[in-house]
Amino acid sequence: MDPIVANLDFLIGGYATTLKLSAGAMALALAIGVLVASVRVWGGRIGSAAGGAYVEFFRNTPLLVQLFFYAVLFAPANLGLSRDPVVVALVGLSVYTGAYVTEVIRSGILSVDQRQSEAARSLGLSQVQTLRRVVLPQAFRTVIPPLGNLSIALVKNTAVASAIGALELLQAGSIVSSRTFRLEPLAGVVVAYLSITIPLAILTGHLERRLRFAR
Amino acid sequence: MLGNPEDKAAAAAAAARPAGARPASPPAAGAMIDVRDVSKSFGSLRVLKNVSMQVDRGQVVVVIGPSGSGKSTLLRCVNRLETVDSGEVVVDGRSLSDPKLNVNAVRREIGVVFQSFNLFPHLTVLSNLTLAPMNVLKLDRAAAEERARRLLEKVGIPDKADALPTQLSGGQQQRVAIARALCMEPRIMLFDEPTSALDPEMIKEVLDVMRDLAREGMTMMVVSHEMGFAREVADRVIFMDQGEIVETGTPEHFFSEPEHERTKRFLGTILRH
Ligand SMILES: Nc1ncnc2c1ncn2[C@@H]1O[C@H](COP(=O)(O)OP(=O)(O)OP(=O)(O)O)[C@@H](O)[C@H]1O
Ligand SMILES: [Mg+2]
Repeated sequence: MDPIVANLDFLIGGYATTLKLSAGAMALALAIGVLVASVRVWGGRIGSAAGGAYVEFFRNTPLLVQLFFYAVLFAPANLGLSRDPVVVALVGLSVYTGAYVTEVIRSGILSVDQRQSEAARSLGLSQVQTLRRVVLPQAFRTVIPPLGNLSIALVKNTAVASAIGALELLQAGSIVSSRTFRLEPLAGVVVAYLSITIPLAILTGHLERRLRFAR
Repeated sequence: MLGNPEDKAAAAAAAARPAGARPASPPAAGAMIDVRDVSKSFGSLRVLKNVSMQVDRGQVVVVIGPSGSGKSTLLRCVNRLETVDSGEVVVDGRSLSDPKLNVNAVRREIGVVFQSFNLFPHLTVLSNLTLAPMNVLKLDRAAAEERARRLLEKVGIPDKADALPTQLSGGQQQRVAIARALCMEPRIMLFDEPTSALDPEMIKEVLDVMRDLAREGMTMMVVSHEMGFAREVADRVIFMDQGEIVETGTPEHFFSEPEHERTKRFLGTILRH
């Protein structure tokens, strides 16, 4: 355990970065997903096609390639937005995961009976109010299990950020491991990932049970 | 005016199918729902063929007809859940074809009750009722809940405010759906086979609520084969078949002297049991 204890602050810093990256990217991916899914369902032919193109493009190219792409795109020589690899990874992971979230939420929206919208519109609710108050709350209930799975996949995908130099959990662990030639830091990294993903799995199951309603 | 037999025949023809030519004079000033020569197709299927009908303020009109005859489609045209291909629907003086129309403003004055209740399953009964008043009419929660509880009382289930819709019987759910529509204080109520998904013992409790509404002077258009209800409260019954209005008259007319062969045959099937 020595190498872990000796580098505890460094490793905890990486763990915190992974947590922030996961939480931030999930929040952004959810926002993207709700927005693009709504456009896909209600945005007419053009909206639907544009949303579909986004989903297919980002789902069908490797995450690592996308991160490399943003790293160069955001660099001072190009857009000059940021040279911080954590920021680049945050954007890349959000856009990538957003494509999956879009599809999950879209299927959730489509699973809500059309007659629910008709009842809401008949009461005088606008399209946006109907979406927000009637359709999305019901859609969310059906998509909690797949969203939980996506959030777990996202946590694991944050490790890819180490390849563009982000000092997250894997990067921190492998630096300590390679300096000390010991296995424990990497074993610690594995345990640290589990400490995020397993509670997420439990939370998903709990929410699923709590929000279930008979139809 | 209807002095000679020819005029009578002409008038009867006009009543049965007043469509062909627009009526020369504008309809009675009291018409809350004015369907003028409406046609509607789904693909190549012609569902409404030159349908014209009116419901005057405070009137109850019951629409009957075989499955697929276009009753639901006609009803849905009245709050623009369906748009018409030709002709025009005018509700309380406003044409639903007007491109500048605020359709939400019209809909909030038209309550709709569906065969399948369509309560919001993720909300409690009380929230089902307060949703539209709070979001559309911008009532504050206290005012909306007060109104909601008053209406739950009216439909006879004041104790179910905190239940979820799925915890209620079908009859209770439909009464909640009626209360939900009434929460917007509509000027018109549309009912599409409100009792046909219900067990016989629950039909009465829903019809009782509807009967009360009719007596209070609500303007109602009701698709229903409950002829007992029609007989008691309907001012007029409209018989539709294959997208056309075949015959219009008082409930008594339909019981005693239905004119058309198709009407007689249809009444035979629904009155037998
Ligand atoms: N959205 C739609 N798309 C295609 N066809 C439709 C649609 N809605 C209704 N139809 C068809 O239009 C015809 C009339 O339907 P409508 O629901 O108005 O009949 P109805 O008189 O209410 O029948 P029922 O008593 O079975 O409810 C039917 O043949 C139906 O299949
Ligand atoms: Mg119908």
